Amino acid sequence: MRLNYSIEPVAESSLLIRFDNAPSDQLSLTIGGIAKRIRLALGDYVMNIIPSYTTILIDYLPYRIASHSFIKRLILCIDKVATTENCDTNLIELPVYYHPDVGPDITLYQQQGLSVEQVVEIHTTTTYTVGAIGFAPGFAFMTEVAEPLRRARHSTPRLNLPKGSVAIAEHQTAVYPNASPGGWNIIGNCPQPLFTPNQSPMVIWEIGTRVKFRSISREEYLDIGGEIDPQQFQWGGQL
Amino acid sequence: MSGYLTTIKPGQLSLIEDFGRFGLSHLGITQSGPVDDYAYSWANHLLGNPANVPVLEITLGQAEFRIDHACQLAITGGDLGATLDGKPLTNWSTFPARKGQRLKFALPKNGLRAYLAVRGGFQIDLHLGSVATVAKEGLGGLHQDGQPLQAGDKLHFSTHRLDRKPLQMTFRLKPDYNLPLRLRVIESYQNDAFSEVARHTFFTRTFTVSQHADRMGYRLTGPAVHPPTEPILSEGIALGAVQIPPDGQPIVLLNDRQTIGGYPKIGCVAKIDLPRLAQAKPGQSVRFIKGDLEGLQEVWCQWARFFGY
Repeated sequence: MRLNYSIEPVAESSLLIRFDNAPSDQLSLTIGGIAKRIRLALGDYVMNIIPSYTTILIDYLPYRIASHSFIKRLILCIDKVATTENCDTNLIELPVYYHPDVGPDITLYQQQGLSVEQVVEIHTTTTYTVGAIGFAPGFAFMTEVAEPLRRARHSTPRLNLPKGSVAIAEHQTAVYPNASPGGWNIIGNCPQPLFTPNQSPMVIWEIGTRVKFRSISREEYLDIGGEIDPQQFQWGGQL
Repeated sequence: MSGYLTTIKPGQLSLIEDFGRFGLSHLGITQSGPVDDYAYSWANHLLGNPANVPVLEITLGQAEFRIDHACQLAITGGDLGATLDGKPLTNWSTFPARKGQRLKFALPKNGLRAYLAVRGGFQIDLHLGSVATVAKEGLGGLHQDGQPLQAGDKLHFSTHRLDRKPLQMTFRLKPDYNLPLRLRVIESYQNDAFSEVARHTFFTRTFTVSQHADRMGYRLTGPAVHPPTEPILSEGIALGAVQIPPDGQPIVLLNDRQTIGGYPKIGCVAKIDLPRLAQAKPGQSVRFIKGDLEGLQEVWCQWARFFGY
């Protein structure tokens, strides 16, 4: 894959690699490969590497290596990962209970002329691709949300959202693996655990994994261990 | 030989911390670690500890401990009116504590968080490579479940020699956390996409620390800094990044921050200025000034070498 990129410092010990390519499944796999290569080749100087759709953030130790030498070595890593040939795309299916009790923003789509049933139909038809993992442990950013379901984030994030909240922001969808603050539109809840730090793997997906959602009934949701507590959605109060 | 001290009252939020988790942020696992790493590092430095051993971060005070075995301790950071058997302790200093004595923290007088270290560090099992406590991730802490310290919790350490004289940090290095804050900002990320007016507002006006200020981030209130409207793809967030959501109220992201986010960022607060923010209380005023990357990087490297990171 032909890559155009820039490397710029964003803080004393952080560099951001930006790829000019449009985000795509192929770019995600390439970025994943570059991140792995940097981890292997430059591990002594690196604290964290965060790959995302079109960027890689690298936290490094500038007191162990001068920034210009480090950047030279980064360029070598990037140039060596020209293509990622192996696109091993496993498919995960996740159960979701779509209802205003667990997804209060699902009713906002009425403003755009979509009933709850139509939102469910559209959201469960698409197969999504994980393009980035982050924000919280196991939180996967998935694309491509169908045009009618796209909504901007809330202008002020909610201070609390329950674990399992299924969310939409613009062209991305996601599930919150733990209770968290968040600004996305919540349309339902997935009762399956998505971050299990004491098991291996801790996280069920990686960049490039394909994901489908399956609509389940209230009964099935409660059977699997889902919880219904609308008071967990908080706009105000202490963080 | 192992000794311990016992938590009688844990206070509002007392957390076991070391420098945090590294090499896991691509899974979305936060770095964590002491939000005032200057005070944390001094506590270990004064005791002659390695740079990364477990220390207790005590936020807002009202905590009490019983010393069950004699030990050499150090307190640094915010002044929470610490006493040993009712006698005031000197902050930014080591002190010996004997069996049966009571160590108490009252309310914050200067800053918000005190660091309590023991010679050799507290003995706590690692959880994903670190003891750092992150409640929202269920990681770290005394019981590897992310929970803050509870009454009855015993903090173990190796028994060790006591010093005859306390060791204190020189007066001129002690920060006054109650002063108005001036934070240097390295302009980066989406800085170029902000309007001239927005940048001018950010760098010339005064902001206030809001009630929503914690280890994840400090939300400030003040004149709206209008962010660029073009949506950006979520990307990795560096420590100290200043995120501007659509309401224009800056959020400075700290140790327990999310690893990735999609709000525009105007830059990053200098690492050496972050402890001041992390010790600030709601209502304190904050101004941002333009920082010089190379100079700040040099100072940071000197600091890292001094403490032996």
